[in-house]
Amino acid sequence: MNKFKKYIEETSKSIALPLLAFFLAILSGGLLIAFSDPKIYKLWKSPLEFLGTGFASAGHAYLALIQGSIFDGNLTSKNFLLGFYPLSETFVVAAPLILTGLSVTLAFRAGLFNIGAQGQFIFGAIGASYVGFHYNLPPVIHALAAILGAIVLAGLWGGLVGFLKARTGAHEVIVTIMLNYISVYFLLWLLSTQTFLRKGRQDPIAPPVNENARLPKLFGMDYRINLGIFIALGVAYLIHILLSRTTWGFQFRSVGANTLAAKTAGMSVPFVMTSVMVICGALAGLGGAVQVMGSEYALTAGVAGSFGFDAITVALLGRAKPLGTVLAALLFGALRAGGLTMQANTTTPIDIVLVIQALVVLFIAAPAMVRAIFKLKNVKSGTDMAAKGWNG
Amino acid sequence: MNKVSKLTPIQKRRQRGAFSLLFLSFASLIGFGILQKNTAPVTYKFVLEKEWIAINEWTLDSRTGSYGFSCAALIFAIWAIFQFRRNKKIQLQSALGGFAILMAFLCWAASGKMIPFTGLLQGALLLSVPLIFGAMAGVLCERSGVINIAIEGQLLAGAFAAGVVASLTQNTTWGLIVAPLAGALISLILAVFAIKFSIDQVILGFVINVLVIGMTNFLYKKLLIPYQNTWNSGPILSPIEIPILSKIPLLGPIFFNQTIIVYLMYLIVAVIHLSLFKTRWGLRTRAVGEHPTAADSVGIKVNNLRFRNVIFAGLVAGLGGAYFTVGAVGAFGKEMTAGKGFIALAALIFGRWSPLGAVMAALLFGFADNLQGILSITGTPIPSEFMLMAPYIATIIAVTGFVGRVRAPAADGIPYNRGGSH
Repeated sequence: MNKFKKYIEETSKSIALPLLAFFLAILSGGLLIAFSDPKIYKLWKSPLEFLGTGFASAGHAYLALIQGSIFDGNLTSKNFLLGFYPLSETFVVAAPLILTGLSVTLAFRAGLFNIGAQGQFIFGAIGASYVGFHYNLPPVIHALAAILGAIVLAGLWGGLVGFLKARTGAHEVIVTIMLNYISVYFLLWLLSTQTFLRKGRQDPIAPPVNENARLPKLFGMDYRINLGIFIALGVAYLIHILLSRTTWGFQFRSVGANTLAAKTAGMSVPFVMTSVMVICGALAGLGGAVQVMGSEYALTAGVAGSFGFDAITVALLGRAKPLGTVLAALLFGALRAGGLTMQANTTTPIDIVLVIQALVVLFIAAPAMVRAIFKLKNVKSGTDMAAKGWNG
Repeated sequence: MNKVSKLTPIQKRRQRGAFSLLFLSFASLIGFGILQKNTAPVTYKFVLEKEWIAINEWTLDSRTGSYGFSCAALIFAIWAIFQFRRNKKIQLQSALGGFAILMAFLCWAASGKMIPFTGLLQGALLLSVPLIFGAMAGVLCERSGVINIAIEGQLLAGAFAAGVVASLTQNTTWGLIVAPLAGALISLILAVFAIKFSIDQVILGFVINVLVIGMTNFLYKKLLIPYQNTWNSGPILSPIEIPILSKIPLLGPIFFNQTIIVYLMYLIVAVIHLSLFKTRWGLRTRAVGEHPTAADSVGIKVNNLRFRNVIFAGLVAGLGGAYFTVGAVGAFGKEMTAGKGFIALAALIFGRWSPLGAVMAALLFGFADNLQGILSITGTPIPSEFMLMAPYIATIIAVTGFVGRVRAPAADGIPYNRGGSH
C-alpha cells in the first residue's frame, strides 16, 4: 500500500509539470485568439465589453475545438452515437502520431535526436502504398505484406542515419534534417513516375490501395476510426517492454545515458546506434503505413502532413516515455482534429494549435519558469532535455 | 597501405579530393561526352544592358562542349594530383575543375536549347541572399557555442515583420528597421532558454521554429488575408545602380544593380569575416565557442558574450528575412521562407562554420536551385526533384567526412556553467 502511495506521489509530481505547462499554453493561446481580432479594439472605450468580447471569442474557439475532437451535439439528431464522430477523428489522427512519437521517444532514450521521423514516415507510406496497390493478395496477408513493406523501407532509411553516425560520427540531427528534404523530393519525383501515377490523373496521387490491404474500420462505415489505433497502442506497449524488460532495451538506455560507460561495459555502441535507428525508422514508417492503409488509402504529396514534426513535440510532452507519448499523442491528435472544426466554425485559424504545441514544450523545457509562475517546489525538472553539443 | 597511413589528415583530404575530381572528370567525359546520344547547339546568352564591352551570345556544339569541358576538368584534376604530391593546396584546382564539370553538364543538359547565362547567375545570387544572411546568423551563434536551428524562424519573423510594417506605413525603410528587431526577438527566446536555462539547443531551435510558423500562419489567416489592403500590401525596394561598378561586363549588372538589402549583405559578410578573425571580439567569440573554460579563466564573460552574439545573429537573420517581403515580392505569404533557413544551416555546415566558406556554399546552393528552375522550364534529362536534393546530399557527404571531415566548434551546443561539469 505504501508502495502504491509512493507511486501516486511520484506520478503526480511528474505529471504536474506537463499539466501546468499545458494550462499555460492554452491560456496564452486564448489571449492570442482574443486580442488578435482588430474588431475588438473598437470597443476600447468600454473596458468591460472589450474584455467580455475577447473572452467570448476565445471561449467560442475552444468550445469548437472540443466539439471537433470529442463530442458534437449537433451531430446527434439522427443517432445519439454519431455525436462521437469527432472522437473517432481524434483517434484517426492520434494513431500515426503515437507511432511517430514513439520513434522520437525511443531515439531519445538511446541518446539520439530523431528529427527524421517525417522522412521515415514518407518512406513507410511509400512502401505500404506500393505493396498495397501493386500486388493482389488475400485479405489479411495483403495488409501484413504492406505493413512489412513500410517497415523494411523506413527501417533502412532510419538505419542509414544510425549507420552514418556510428561509422563516421555524422551528427544525426544534421543528417536527418537533410534526409527529410531528400524524402520529400523523392516522394514528389516518385509520384510523377508511370508506376505511381494514377490512371487518368495528372496530379500527384498514387493508385488507391487495394481493399484487402486496408485496415478494417472498427465501428462501421460512419466512423473513420480503424485498427490503426490498436496497432499503435500495441506497439507502444511493445516499446515499453523493450525498454524496461529486455537486454536490448537496457543497452539502448545505457548508450543513451552514458556512451562511454556502455562501451566500457562491453556493449557495441555502433550496433546499438544502428539498430535503434532501424527500429525508429520502422516505427515512423509504420505510422506512414497506418495513415495510408487506415484513412487516406492513397499516397499523395502531402501524405505526411506534419506527423513527423508533431512527433517531436509529442515525445517531449510525453517526456520520452511510451505511456506519456501515447497520452501526448492523443492530446495533440485531439487538438489537430478539433482545430479543423474550430477553423470551419469560428474565424480562428487551425495554426493556433501549432502555437499551443510549441508553447507547451517551451514551458516544459523551462521548469524554472513554470515553478516561478506557480510558486511550486516539488516539480520534477526536465532533465530529459539536458543539452548535448554537435560533436557529442 | 603503410604509405597511406603516413599521410596527415590534411594530406589525406587533399588526396581524396584530387582523386574524386579525377573520377568525376572521367565520369563527366563518359556520361556527358561519349554517351551523349544526339548533339545539338547550345547557346549561352548574355543579357546586355549598359556594360562597356558587349558579349552577346556564344553558341557551341553540345557534344564538343561536353568533351572540351570534361577534358579541361581532367587537366585540372591531374594538376590537383601534382599539387597534392608537392604537398600544396588544391583549392584553386578543385574550383576550376568543378566549374568545368558543371559547364560540361550544362552542355549536356541544355543540348539544343538556350541558357540565359547572366540571368542564371543573377537569379543564383538572389536565391542565395536569404541563405547567406541565415548562414551568417548561424556563424555568429555557433562560433560562440550556441547551436542555431532557429534560423528558419528568425528569417520568417523578419519577413513577416518587414512585410506588415512596410504595408502599414507604406514605407520600406520602416520594414527594414523592424525586421532585424523581430529576428532579435526570436533570438532572445533562444538566448534566454539556451543560456539561462541550459535547455538542449537543438530541441529549443526546433520548437522556436514551430512557434514562429504557428504565429505567422495564425496572424496571416486572421489579419493579413481579411485586411489585405492595409496589412499586406507593402511596397518593394527598388534596385540601386552603383555608378561605375555596375558597368563591369557580366559581373556588373549581377552584383551592383541590386537592392539595399544585397549591399548590406556584402557589408555584413565582410564585417563578420574580418571581425571574427582580426579583432578582439572575434578572438573571444572563437575562444568561447571552442573552450569556454579557458576563455573564462582569462576573464571573458562567457555567457554574456554568447548572449550578445545570439542577439546579433537574430538581427542579421531578421534583416535577411526582410528580403522575402520588401526585398522581393512585397506581400507576406504563409511559410514563405519554405525551408530556406535549413538550407542556410546546410550552407553553414558545408562551409565548415567559416563565414566565407558558408557564403560560397550558399552561392553554390543558390546556383543549384536557380539552375534547377531554369532547366525545368527548358526541359532536361534529369528530374528537377533530384537537382533540388543536391544541397542536402552535398551536406550529408560533407558531414560524413568523405572529402574531409567538417568539425563544429568544440563547445557548440554545450551550455556553460561556471564550475559545472563541462
